[in-house]
Amino acid sequence: MTSTDIRAGRLSQDELAENFSDHHPPLSPAYAKVESDRCYFCYDAPCIEACPTAIDIPNFIRKISTGNLKGSAKDILTQNIMGGMCARVCPTEILCEGVCVRNTQEEKPVRIGDLQRYATDWFFESGETLFERGEPTGKRIAIVGGGPAGLSCAHRLALLGHEIVIFEAREKLSGLNEYGIAAYKTVNNFAQREVEFIMDIGGIEARTNHVLGRDIKLDDLRNEFDAVFLSIGLGDVNELGLGDNDPEGVFNAVDTIADIRQAKSLEKLAVGRRVVVIGGGNTAIDIAVQSKKLGSEDVYLVYRRGSQHMSATWKEQEFAKSCGVNIKYWLSPKSLNSENGHVSGVEFECTKLNSDGKLSFTGESRFMEADIVFKAIGQSMQDTIFLDSETPEMKKGKIAVNNAFETSLEGLWSGGDCVKSGEDLTVQAVEDGKQAANSIHQKIMQG
Amino acid sequence: MADLSCNVAGIKAPNPFWLASAPPTDKLYNVERAFRAGWGGVVWKTLGIDPPIVNVSSRYGAVHYNGHRMMGLNNLELITDRPLEDNLKEIKQIKKEWPDRAVVVSLMVPCNEKDWKFILKKIEDTGCDGVELNFGCPHGMSERGMGSAVGQVPEYIEMVTRWVKESSDLPCLVKLTPNVTDICHAARAANAGGADGVSLINTVNSIVSVDLDLMAPEPTVDGKGSHGGYCGPAVKPMALFMVTEIAKDPETSNLPISAIGGISNWRDATEFIVMGAGGVQVCTAAMHYGFKIVDDMIDGLANWMDEKGYKTLDDFRGAAVQNVKQWQYLNLKYDVKARIDQSTCINCGLCYISCEDGSHQAIRETKLNGGRHYEVIDDECVGCNLCMFACPVPECISMERVDSGTEYQNWTTHPNNPMRVDQS
Repeated sequence: MTSTDIRAGRLSQDELAENFSDHHPPLSPAYAKVESDRCYFCYDAPCIEACPTAIDIPNFIRKISTGNLKGSAKDILTQNIMGGMCARVCPTEILCEGVCVRNTQEEKPVRIGDLQRYATDWFFESGETLFERGEPTGKRIAIVGGGPAGLSCAHRLALLGHEIVIFEAREKLSGLNEYGIAAYKTVNNFAQREVEFIMDIGGIEARTNHVLGRDIKLDDLRNEFDAVFLSIGLGDVNELGLGDNDPEGVFNAVDTIADIRQAKSLEKLAVGRRVVVIGGGNTAIDIAVQSKKLGSEDVYLVYRRGSQHMSATWKEQEFAKSCGVNIKYWLSPKSLNSENGHVSGVEFECTKLNSDGKLSFTGESRFMEADIVFKAIGQSMQDTIFLDSETPEMKKGKIAVNNAFETSLEGLWSGGDCVKSGEDLTVQAVEDGKQAANSIHQKIMQG
Repeated sequence: MADLSCNVAGIKAPNPFWLASAPPTDKLYNVERAFRAGWGGVVWKTLGIDPPIVNVSSRYGAVHYNGHRMMGLNNLELITDRPLEDNLKEIKQIKKEWPDRAVVVSLMVPCNEKDWKFILKKIEDTGCDGVELNFGCPHGMSERGMGSAVGQVPEYIEMVTRWVKESSDLPCLVKLTPNVTDICHAARAANAGGADGVSLINTVNSIVSVDLDLMAPEPTVDGKGSHGGYCGPAVKPMALFMVTEIAKDPETSNLPISAIGGISNWRDATEFIVMGAGGVQVCTAAMHYGFKIVDDMIDGLANWMDEKGYKTLDDFRGAAVQNVKQWQYLNLKYDVKARIDQSTCINCGLCYISCEDGSHQAIRETKLNGGRHYEVIDDECVGCNLCMFACPVPECISMERVDSGTEYQNWTTHPNNPMRVDQS
């Protein structure tokens, strides 16, 4: 058995810079023109229906085609204030582009995501102003969690003239956009530029390093503010369930993703030679690909079901494979092997689907050597957040809300990953925030 | 294989594809390459009296549409900017080297008999096959009393044509300007003056675009612009109409026509031939894609003729003219309805919205098995074809004839027509 091999600087600075550059470079003006002309301007277009934020896609594309980029950006950002980030991270292949009628005709959808990025990039470079704050209403709203849902809600409420205080547990706003997404998806500090743009509307105060249940209490917020919006995401990481204590070298993928994003110099990050990632979602893909990009020799992404069951889309799986990640399906982790307290490999049981659709074991097993193991099997709500406060009704481990994003508690709304509204996507969180803001506005302006 | 040879106004060529008088035909170097590529003839870039004209820099403007480059092209170039003798020498040489190809010389001189006689004498010495009188150029030269300034006055057309025919035995084509209200007057005047044929259309008066920063038309020459002559695929429908008008006019129905205007492929060319043209001239397509396009033109026309059983161009020349009627003679009993092929429909909804907002509200938008679904409401469909054209999928929407096919009534006898002819 080989000894543990974890070290920094597996790749040169140039190689790292290349690996962590924009993995999907923006369209040139000429290409954007050609691509925008491909849009048929469908009536009642399927892409609009497929977009959780219902951006009028044919219209914004037409405006790119005519050179009306300000109008295009406004169409996008009015519906989705994080249209810039969503253009980078949305799994468009299962949303707008997945239903583009061009798929039926030639299996090549209009590159909606890239066009959206083109228009929003133009806007961010232009220095233009799109939104003006409404007359002050004198109402104050607390938003707990400054991720996509919280920022979206804050912007819409500020636009309507309300005063907002965002309480954010981390040091920076933007949530998973800042801490939970692979670095090559959002280069040049875009998440923070987007935050600046959102805060520019005015009337939003951000209090960072404020953890709910530790520094602030929900009951106090509900007393002090006219409304409270909870957009705290999912703070805990699901465990593999293979014993109480993981050996050294076993990490939560979300933590390492955050470390990579916040790293000042990538060549100082310690990287394992052999990496095993357990999970099947975007987090698993992001950590697997980034491990490879940091210089890991062998990266295995292991999932207990088939390709079609993964929450990472076919396109993300293909992308990971193209980056050199080996994806293994139908393997369920059985035990973590260790040497001298450090992980040395993972034992897997082979799985299959029974005729009744249930997962079962075949009786065979596989072993993979590993220097580092990443857990990426999902996140869940932290149980400390409602400390000493009245707790809203929960549903399947998340905060229960109605169609207007109201919780069971008076004056408390919630949205984003901590509720079940749609897929756990940035774009869905933005939509939740926007809808909750409209709902809050309606309610507090009545009385 | 089909015989593509043509004879337009006594000018013979191995095929009907000629290059029109323009930059591609302005010198030996170009024309030689064109002949090598297979072009049946050229009309040499218009000659004038020395000293040569001068041109401006920035000469073309273009209309691009929906990703398609140069749907239309406009220019403000003038006639040849080379000395007359240089051109004459090269024309003589090319004709000697390529005796089977048609070499026609385009001419434009001031409107007096002396100048025309002078230049014709010069031309005859080249051994060229004919002359084309440029009465069409709509910019620059027209300000000097030439080009379309002549073509817009039938009396001038007749007069100059007569001078030419009196001075030379060379076959004479008169090139007409489309910038008139009725092309037939111009064609009749050419015919009366003794022209052996007409060629049309020359370019259309146009401003293709305006620079919204400079506040000046494009192409912009140092902050100013001028109208230019429009050509390319965009003008083909107008050219086809004008050719047809001349072919239908009893006074000119036998007048040979060399058709020009947006011809880009064999199919375009064939449409002009079935509307009466003896041959065609091409310019913009060659300027866009190069001389090689003639290969498909020759090949495509020959294959089509073989398929249809036509042996020579005369077998189908003018075959469609008889079917061009005045509106009042169209059968009002004829009825077509849109049919959507659901198996190729991509559910873009453009048929629906174009009919809903732009036509007769004859398409229904429904949901079928959770998906978008479009169907024609026969009672409302007037058979306008709009949905068929809006649909981005070729042949997804077609028009089906639904009347009995046995009834005929036109406007002249229709009860709603106050001027109807009494049938009894």
